[in-house]
Amino acid sequence: MVTYPDDQKYKLFTRRAGLISAGMLVLTSGLIGRMYFLQVVGQNQYKLLADRNRISLRLLAPTRGRILDRNGYGLAVNRTDYRVNIIPEQAENVEDTLKALNIILPVSERQKRRILRAVKRQRAFLPVTVAENLDWKTFARVNINIPDLPGIQPDIGLTRYYPEKDLTAHIVGYVGSVNKREIGRDPLLELPGFKIGKNGMERVLDLKLRGKAGNSRVEVNVMGRVIRELSRRNSIPGENLKLTIDRDIQKFTADRVRDESAAVVVMDVHNGEILALTSTPSFDPNDFNLGISQKKYDALLNDIRKPLINKTVQGEYPPGSTFKMMVALAALEAGVIDKDEKIFCNGTFQIGNTTKYGWKRGGHGFVNMVEAIAGSCDIYFYTIAVRVGIDKIHQMAARFGLGQKFGIDIPGEKSGLNPSKAWKRAARGASWQGGDTANVGIGQGYVLVTPLQLAVMTARLVNGGRAVMPRILMSNTDHINQNPAIIPYNRQHMATILKGMAAVINRPIGVAYAQRMGRKMERMGMSFGGKTGSAQVRRISKSEREAGVIKNYEKPWIERDHALFVGFGPLENPRYAISVIVEHGGGGSKKAAPVAKDVLEFMFVRDRRKAKKQERES
Amino acid sequence: MMLRVQSRRRSKPLLQKLSELNWLIVIVVILIARVGFALLYSVAGGTVEPWAKKQVIRFVIGMAGMIMIAVIDIRLWMFLAYPLYFLSLVMLVIVSVMGQTGMGATRWINFGFMNFQPSELVKITLILALARYYHCLAKEEVGQYRRLIIPLLLIIAPVILVVLEPDLGTSLLIIIGGMSVLFCGGVRLWLFIVGLVAMVPAAFGAWGFMKPYQKSRVLTFLNPERDPLGAGYHSIQAKIAIGSGGIYGKGFMQGSQSQLNFLPEKHTDFIFTVLAEEFGLIGGISLIVLYVIVLGYAFITAMGARSQFARLLSLGIAVTFFLYMFINIAMNLGMVPVVGVPLPLVSYGGSAMLSLLAGIGFVLCAAIHRDMSISRGGAFA
Repeated sequence: MVTYPDDQKYKLFTRRAGLISAGMLVLTSGLIGRMYFLQVVGQNQYKLLADRNRISLRLLAPTRGRILDRNGYGLAVNRTDYRVNIIPEQAENVEDTLKALNIILPVSERQKRRILRAVKRQRAFLPVTVAENLDWKTFARVNINIPDLPGIQPDIGLTRYYPEKDLTAHIVGYVGSVNKREIGRDPLLELPGFKIGKNGMERVLDLKLRGKAGNSRVEVNVMGRVIRELSRRNSIPGENLKLTIDRDIQKFTADRVRDESAAVVVMDVHNGEILALTSTPSFDPNDFNLGISQKKYDALLNDIRKPLINKTVQGEYPPGSTFKMMVALAALEAGVIDKDEKIFCNGTFQIGNTTKYGWKRGGHGFVNMVEAIAGSCDIYFYTIAVRVGIDKIHQMAARFGLGQKFGIDIPGEKSGLNPSKAWKRAARGASWQGGDTANVGIGQGYVLVTPLQLAVMTARLVNGGRAVMPRILMSNTDHINQNPAIIPYNRQHMATILKGMAAVINRPIGVAYAQRMGRKMERMGMSFGGKTGSAQVRRISKSEREAGVIKNYEKPWIERDHALFVGFGPLENPRYAISVIVEHGGGGSKKAAPVAKDVLEFMFVRDRRKAKKQERES
Repeated sequence: MMLRVQSRRRSKPLLQKLSELNWLIVIVVILIARVGFALLYSVAGGTVEPWAKKQVIRFVIGMAGMIMIAVIDIRLWMFLAYPLYFLSLVMLVIVSVMGQTGMGATRWINFGFMNFQPSELVKITLILALARYYHCLAKEEVGQYRRLIIPLLLIIAPVILVVLEPDLGTSLLIIIGGMSVLFCGGVRLWLFIVGLVAMVPAAFGAWGFMKPYQKSRVLTFLNPERDPLGAGYHSIQAKIAIGSGGIYGKGFMQGSQSQLNFLPEKHTDFIFTVLAEEFGLIGGISLIVLYVIVLGYAFITAMGARSQFARLLSLGIAVTFFLYMFINIAMNLGMVPVVGVPLPLVSYGGSAMLSLLAGIGFVLCAAIHRDMSISRGGAFA
C-alpha cells in the first residue's frame, strides 16, 4: 500500500468536502421544492395574475343615437369631426413638427404650450390632440403634407351636431363632458372625451341614446402600449329617437315669434302628438357641445328674456281669460247657470268690500254664455265663478290637465298651479276667500299654467272630451293615447263653449274679430276658433286706475301684460290645438292670436297640398 | 519509489492532455451557455441584438481560454497563484480609484472592447491563492492559529474593496468561497462555529453601513408586498412570471411577463425567471441538472486528486459556482433578497462568464493532473 505524506490531511478534506456537497444537495432540493410550490401548486393563481398584467380591456364607445323629427330630419346627429393629433414618439422633435404644421394650420402660442405640456405628461406613444373640428379643406391639406410632418396623425371622429341650431334646442338639449358627480357604474363615462346628455332630451333619454359599450381585449406591455388585439366585441349603437315634432312647423313657428319672448305649442288633438314646441329666444346647442365660453354663457344666463328656459313646459303664467272655458264648463256642469241666462255687466263687480273691474269700461250690458266667452266679459265670469265655487272649478281644470305634469320626455316640466280650498289651507295656511274665487274666475290670482297645459286643455275641449296625453316621442308611448279616458261632462255644454270660442274670432262680438283673421281664413276655405287672454303681471293700483287706463306700450317691457291665446282649427272636426304666450306682449288678440292664425294657416295649406298630391298619385 | 514519483511529476504531452480533457463536461458547459443564448434571443424579442450575439462571441473566447487553462501544467498555475491574486487585487484598487460607475456602484474597468469587473476575477484568483497556501502547510501547521492570519488577510483584502464599490452580493460570495477552502483545508471546526455565531452581531452592524437601496432590498425581501410598485416590484413580478409558467411553460418567446417587459433585469439577474416562465418547471429543473453535473464533476475531481492544491482548487471553484447558481435562482424564486449575482454562464455579462469559464478550466486542469503529486515546497521545486 502506498501512503502519501499528507494522508491525514486528505482524509479530513474528504470528510469536509462530503459535508459541503451534502449541504449543496439540500439547498438545491430547496430550490426545486420552491419551484414546485410556485409552478405546480400556485400556477393557476399566478397565471391569473400574469393575465391581469398582460390583458387590458379597452372600451369601444358606441355611436350615440340620433334624434329625428317625425319625417326623419336630423335634429341631433353625429358629424364627422376632422382632428389632427401628434404622437410624440413618432415626431423627432415636437416643436419642429408644430412649426411645420403652423404653415398649414395655425397653432397659437397658447395651444402650443398646452400641447407641449401634454406631451411631457403623457406616455410618448399616446396621441395628443393638436386641433379639432377642422374643415375638410384644412384637413385634406394636412393629409397631403403628412410626409413633412413627422408624428402628425390625422384622425376622424364623431361629434354631436345639431343641424337646426337653435330651432329645437329646448327639446333636444345638448351633450357635454362628464363631470365627476355623474360618473356612476357605466365605465363608458370614464372614457376620455366621452359626452353625455346635459339638457333636454339628450339628458332625459341619455341611457337610450348612449348605447352599449363594446370592448376590445388587448395585450399591453408594462408601459401600457398595445401589442395586439386578443378579442373584440363591437359596441351597440344608441337608439335613434323619432320625435312627433314636425321640423317645418317648428321652423315656421319659431320664425314667426323669433323677435318675441314667447312660447308656442301645437298639438294634434286626437293623438296628443306635439307638432311644434317653440320657446323663444333660443340658443345654439352646438355652442355647448364644443364648450361654451364663460362670456357667452353669462350673456345667456343674464338675458331677461331667459333663452335657457324652455317656456313651453317650465314657464308658469296666469292663464288670464283662456281659463274662462274651465269656469264656464264647471258652472254649466254644476247647473248654477244656464247657457242662455243673461247676466248684466256694467264693468264692475262687487264682492265683499272690494270692487273688481272688468277690462271693458262701461261693461258689456246683458250677456249670455256665448257672448261672455266671445267678448271675454270679466263680470260674467266673476259672477258664475262665485256661484259655482273654487272646488268645482279646480275639479274641472284638473280633468283638462291643469296643475298636472304629463311626464313628457323633456326635463324641468312644471305643474303650474290649479288652486283649491285644500291647497290654500295647506300651502298658505289661510282659508279660501270669495275674492280668490273671483280672481280665478278670470284666470288671475293663484292659478298658474304652462303653455303645454293650455294646449292639452284646448285639445281635450275640442276632441270630444278625450283626455289625450301630450307626447313628443314617436316610438314609445303609442299605447298611452290608444284609449284615452273620457272626461265626464255634458257634450251639449261643450258645444256652447266651442260656439263661444268660434265667436271670439269669427263674430263681431268677438274680441279678436277686429283683426279680421276669421275672414282671411274663410277666404282660403279654412277656419279656426280660440280664446284670447291677457295676464296681468302686476296688479293695477287704484290710483293708476283713477288716473286713467295706462296703455301697455307706455309701461316698461317687463311690466306689460302677457299676451295669451289658445286656439283650434278647423271649426268643423277640429284637428289641431295651439297655445301661444307672448311674454309682456300686451293684448292677446293683437299679439298672440295672429301667431296662432298664421301657424294654423301654414299647417292647413300644407295639409291641403299633401292631400292633393296624394289624390294625384292615387 | 523515487522514479515513480518522478514520472508522475513529469508533464504529459499536449495531445494526451487534450484527449484526457473531459469532453462531456465541455459539452454540458456549452449546453448551459446555449440556454443563455436562447433566452437572450427571446427577451430581445426574437433578435440576436443586443445581447445574444455578444454573449456568443464572449463564450467562444471564454471556451478557448478554458481549454487553454485546462491543458497548462497545474504547477504553473500554482506558481502563478499569488501573482494572479495580487494582479486582481490591483485591478480592484484601480476600480475604486477610477472605475466606471453604473447603477449607483463602481464596478467596472473599461478595457475598450469590454467593461471588465475585477470583483468577478478575484473570486477565482482568491481560491487559487488559498489553495496554494494550504497546499504548502503541513497537517500540524494547519491547526496553528498564526497560520490563519495570512488566509484571512487574503480574504479580507478583496472583500473590503468590493464592499466599498459597493457590492454586497459579490463580497458575500468571496467570503463564503474563501471560507470553504479554509474549511476543507482543515481549519478547526469550532472556529467556524464561533465565526457563524459572530455573524449575527456583524449582520446587525452591517445594517448600519448599508445604503438605503440595500436596506430596502432586505426589507422588501422580508415583505415584498410592502411596496408592490417600488422595491417589491421585482420580486412580485418575478414570482408571477415563474408561477404562471406552470409545469410545461408558455413556450419559447411566449412568456407574457418577459416579452411585455413586466420583468426587470430579465437579461441579467432575472434571466432564470424567463426560463421558468417560458419552459416551466421542466426547463428550470433541466438547467439545474446541467449545473449539478458540472458541480458533481468538480467534486469528484476534488475527491480524486492527489495534490491538496488540485483538491482545494476544484472544491473552491465548485463552491463558488454553486453559490452563483443558488443565490441567483433563490433570488429569482423570492427566497433571498435581491443581490447582484448572475446566473452562471446564462446571464448576460462578460466578466462573470469569463471568470466562471476560467474556473471550470481550473477544474478540468485539476482533473487532467489528478495523479500528479506536488511537493509542499511549491511549483517546480
